Amino acid sequence: MAHDLKDIISEENIVYKKTKVLTDKPMHYCPGCGHSTLHRIIAEVIEEMGIQDKTIGIAPVGCAVFMYDYIDVDSQEAAHGRAPALATAIKRLLPDRYVFTYQGDGDLAAIGTAETIHACNRGENITMFFVNNGIYGMTGGQMAPTTLTGMRTSTTPYGRDDSLMGHPIKITDLVAQLPGTYYVTRQAVHTPAYVRRTKKAVRKAFEYQMRGKGVSFVEVVSNCNSGWKMPPVQAVKWLDENMLPFYPLGDIKVPED
Amino acid sequence: MEEDFVLMKGNEALAEAAIRAGVDGYFGYPITPQSEVMEYLTAARPWERTGMVVFQAESEVAAINMLYGGAGAGKKVMTSSSSPGISLMQEGLSYIAGAELPVVVANIVRGGPGLGTIQPAQSDYFQATKGGGHGDYHLLVLAPSSVQEMADFVELAFDLAFKYRNPVMILSDGAIGQMMEKVKFKPQKPRMRDDELPEWATTGKKPNRERNIITSLDLDPYRQERFNHHLQEKYRRMCEEEVRYETFQSDDADYLLVAYGTSARICQKAVQLAREEGIRAGLLRPITLYPFPVKEIAALAGQVKGMLSVEMSAGQMVEDVRLSVNGRVPVEHFGRLGGVVPSPEEIVEALKQKLIKD
Repeated sequence: MAHDLKDIISEENIVYKKTKVLTDKPMHYCPGCGHSTLHRIIAEVIEEMGIQDKTIGIAPVGCAVFMYDYIDVDSQEAAHGRAPALATAIKRLLPDRYVFTYQGDGDLAAIGTAETIHACNRGENITMFFVNNGIYGMTGGQMAPTTLTGMRTSTTPYGRDDSLMGHPIKITDLVAQLPGTYYVTRQAVHTPAYVRRTKKAVRKAFEYQMRGKGVSFVEVVSNCNSGWKMPPVQAVKWLDENMLPFYPLGDIKVPED
Repeated sequence: MEEDFVLMKGNEALAEAAIRAGVDGYFGYPITPQSEVMEYLTAARPWERTGMVVFQAESEVAAINMLYGGAGAGKKVMTSSSSPGISLMQEGLSYIAGAELPVVVANIVRGGPGLGTIQPAQSDYFQATKGGGHGDYHLLVLAPSSVQEMADFVELAFDLAFKYRNPVMILSDGAIGQMMEKVKFKPQKPRMRDDELPEWATTGKKPNRERNIITSLDLDPYRQERFNHHLQEKYRRMCEEEVRYETFQSDDADYLLVAYGTSARICQKAVQLAREEGIRAGLLRPITLYPFPVKEIAALAGQVKGMLSVEMSAGQMVEDVRLSVNGRVPVEHFGRLGGVVPSPEEIVEALKQKLIKD
């Protein structure tokens, strides 16, 4: 038996409903994962800006590989790390469209470093979303380029040893140094306050795209409960106590004009 | 108005033909011996006339993925490179084949393996015709043997790429890329308008349709198997409909040379030299290397006493000639390697030694 929302909650009492830019397909993300929240934020902003018919999203290889099943926009699924290359071509061939990439830490900061740096340095008029959870989630919890020093993963079972494995990379700070980035910010989605801030950042990142002044880059520090092998509440606490001191939140580069 | 012939390098002809074919975007990375393609395009500034995007990527890896993005948006996009760069593009080509996107890739082949040499070779035949990257797929492969064909095959390649939604490779070599010949171009074609873009392209989801998704991923093995069968059906259709080849003095031939590209040009002279010695030689030049002219070669196996596959490689196409002949007559290979171009005399000598023993 189908219930219309209006039969259950009267119109004036609705404080939240799913944006129509999200599909009805149940998300495959683990409970408590930041991907689903960021998907929703992006979809809401696309609806609020009225740009669904002008937006093209690029999904990565990683947990968000099925982003196109959830966000109801024309989408392409890139090879691992290559989303900025796809976005570069699409935006240059269709300059009046909104083009965004959505990448994880392995995708954007390891295998796709060259594409990330060069798209950011060239100042492609695209929006890049970067979900940093310090681990390879989809492949089962291996070390990521952003894995914290000492952090245990399935390929650093005794903890990341920087002298052997190198240092965690702060790629967002790196791209902020490049002349082609216009707006660079680091946000989070594990508390309601952070969600609200991130939504403002996502909105700016889309709006700035049409100024034609380069890349808008939004990092979202997120938790990976399965990869970190922690229940959600513990993972959120761990994120606050370990990830945020190393990856502090806030704007890194804001437009001067 | 009748257009005049111009004298041009093969690489330059490819570039000019791309502009005239109404190509939307060229994305490349410099490598010898094909750098003239991008040099010509950047000097010609087609973006001022047709709106064509010409873009120097940070790597061949990025360039091929720009093709993926551009083709996914329904645009006519192409790249060119040479052997080591084409190797770097194989992952992207596999994705493009898996996502069924129409792109055109020109390989101006140089000798290998590794960094090899910058001299011409035909040692990328296996890579071009048998897949190249991971998974069960084929490129449709065109092999030009003149500067004129370097120009003509650009539009043909795009027509085939869009007809089959499949990547098409123009498999050339350093000799044809670098040499100058007269060439005649077709008039300028307009680029596709926005309303002419394919319905499957990611151009922005309109309210009257579902969103378009470009992907090669399907985790369900049964659906993935069905998709692979669909690809195989497409390749079968290519084999039925797209075989292109040319023959030279094959009607009365006792011995058939099989060669493509630069080797085919040299073999024409070798056929003449052989005939001057009283050896009735002929030539079959595959123009499509995939699909390969299997039936045509099989038919000639009923006529000739033997075939010689002449390639600037250690013997790659010879395997397809043997499969076509299926043991009915001897099939031998002659080739020079590492960037060495064979002479017509060498080819006649090889024909005599390998096939005409009495």
